Amino acid sequence: MSPLDALRTALGSLRGNPMRTALTMLGIVIGVAAVIAMVAVGTGAREQVLRQIASLGGNLILVGQGSVVRGGVRLGAGSAATLVEEDAAAIAREVPGAVIATPLVRWWLQVVAGNQNWGTTLFGITPEFLEARDWTIAEGRAITKEDVAQANKVVLLGRTVVRNLFGGGDPVGQTVRVFSTPLTVIGVLAEKGQNASGNDQDDVVYVPLYTAKRNIPGMAKTNSRFVHQITVKMEDGADMVEAQEQIRGLLRQRHRLAAGQENDFWMRDLSEVGATRDASARALSTLLAAVAAVSLLVGGIGIMNIMLVSVTERTREIGLRLAVGARRRDILAQFLIESTALSLLGAAVGVALGIGSAAAVSHVAGWPTLVRWETVALAVGVSGLVGVFFGLYPARRASLLNPIEALRHE
Amino acid sequence: MDSDPLIAVERLTRVYAMGPHRVRALDGVSAEIGRGEFVAVMGPSGSGKSTFMNLLGCLDRPDGGRYRLDGEEVGDLDADALAAVRSRRIGFVFQSFNLLPRLTARANVELPMVYNRAVLRAERASRAEAALIAVGLEERAHHRPSQLSGGQQQRVAIARALVNRPPLLLADEPTGALDSRTTLEIMALFQRLNRTGITVVLVTHEPEVAAFAGRVLLFRDGHLNEDRRQVPQEASP
Ligand SMILES: Nc1ncnc2c1ncn2[C@@H]1O[C@H](COP(=O)(O)OP(=O)(O)O)[C@@H](O)[C@H]1O
Ligand SMILES: [Mg+2]
Repeated sequence: MSPLDALRTALGSLRGNPMRTALTMLGIVIGVAAVIAMVAVGTGAREQVLRQIASLGGNLILVGQGSVVRGGVRLGAGSAATLVEEDAAAIAREVPGAVIATPLVRWWLQVVAGNQNWGTTLFGITPEFLEARDWTIAEGRAITKEDVAQANKVVLLGRTVVRNLFGGGDPVGQTVRVFSTPLTVIGVLAEKGQNASGNDQDDVVYVPLYTAKRNIPGMAKTNSRFVHQITVKMEDGADMVEAQEQIRGLLRQRHRLAAGQENDFWMRDLSEVGATRDASARALSTLLAAVAAVSLLVGGIGIMNIMLVSVTERTREIGLRLAVGARRRDILAQFLIESTALSLLGAAVGVALGIGSAAAVSHVAGWPTLVRWETVALAVGVSGLVGVFFGLYPARRASLLNPIEALRHE
Repeated sequence: MDSDPLIAVERLTRVYAMGPHRVRALDGVSAEIGRGEFVAVMGPSGSGKSTFMNLLGCLDRPDGGRYRLDGEEVGDLDADALAAVRSRRIGFVFQSFNLLPRLTARANVELPMVYNRAVLRAERASRAEAALIAVGLEERAHHRPSQLSGGQQQRVAIARALVNRPPLLLADEPTGALDSRTTLEIMALFQRLNRTGITVVLVTHEPEVAAFAGRVLLFRDGHLNEDRRQVPQEASP
């Protein structure tokens, strides 16, 4: 029997019993639809996490004043103001691959506008910081080098601050008071939403570095070059571990730390936070895939069950085919192709259903979903294998029938 | 070659194991059937007629003895080789027709050609038509078995047996399920086919049916008891 005849025979018998065909396919349909939909949701979630990581700055290293916290105990003296602007300049100059190294100072305070006030974090920054953190300006203008150099009394507001101080109104050109100093609002930052750890990234106020330094209580008195943090942006593809080694060495040398002495700064690689989140999203995908694999298995067992029933029911047909010249392998092929066609057909329906459900989920629940063609190919491929594997036993049973006994079967 | 008998069996034996018992369903049968003969196989129930036919039809293998069909030793061929022999050399007709209910008459007739690589796909339709014409059923080609009478179903089954153009047509009680009028029509068909050169061997327990054959083999308890030639009666009106 030619493959074409085998296929035709198999499809004919599937068409001859449409109700059973549909019910048998159901297991595979649900399995495949589950795979496609779940993986789409999982992948979508992961994609979102990755985007968040990117927005966090995948290749950012933060260096801060103070010592490393180990086991909840702060080691060494964090009070010494040793991290300075020149450290940022040195990093930018001497660490290979460092694109930006920019200092900041920060202070938690109340911002007042008219009779409204709002507690938030104020950062004294440079234009490079906005670039490193991928901030865009929604309204007005950004902080410039001149603003920093001249300590201009200007301020950039995050969306959350705008919402709380001005309601729906346009704040650009208005005046807010911080440190009881009036500052002119020059711009509003484009909304970023929550970061990967669930913090509101829009609850911020940015002023030029020296504007902050002059006004933060006590700061000018300690060390005018002191900064709280240095934001280092590495070029794409840079080795983050190596970069941290370099920065550590450089700062230890600049701070004249003896061997064995604790660092007087801490360092954090933001890609680590992302990696953890990514790993959990990946684990979710894996779990969903496992659930889906189990449903495919159940679908396969359903196929085997029905194929066994089908072989028993069609014993006389098998006997007749053998009597008119079919070889054992022809019968084997017929039933194998039938079970495979059954599962592939189920897979096709399942793919359609899965893509539909993924679209429905992302429409109704507003979750991002992403259907990958690899997933579709894998689901269909596995279904085909399921069909072959679970069809093998019934098909083999059919092919080993004795023609005379098969013909006598009622 | 043509002077060779089409069928030559020698001490053909078939033993069924029934638990501890052994049934010698066929016990050393020797016979020759020439090309173009029309043979009726008779005998009481359980005498081994079907066992004999199944062996002749290569549906079963003997436990002892030899079977030469069309010049080839087929008694000890493997399953695939037997399938090939069934496909090319033998047409089998059953008492219960054994048509596939989902298929039309023509598709049923085409079935044996699906397993015969000697027939091209393009030839199938015309050969099935020709076979249906030979049994006088061309206008029922697109009917399903359930839409046909018993006699018509048996004609379709005969067309199916003929379609690979085998030299041998075997029929195990082909008229057992038919009324006497239809039986006569089917026997007339067998006679007509036999006159085109096909060797026909059919089992019957009715003497009126056996009367249309030129030779009668009488079985009893697995033995060939009697082998008699006769002048066949004419079945066609
Ligand atoms: N598959 C089988 N297993 C056991 N015994 C069988 C089998 N087929 C036939 N027989 C026995 O072999 C003998 C001959 O049977 P069979 O050839 O069918 O007779 P007939 O066709 O002449 O009625 C009977 O005794 C029958 O019971
Ligand atoms: Mg019998």
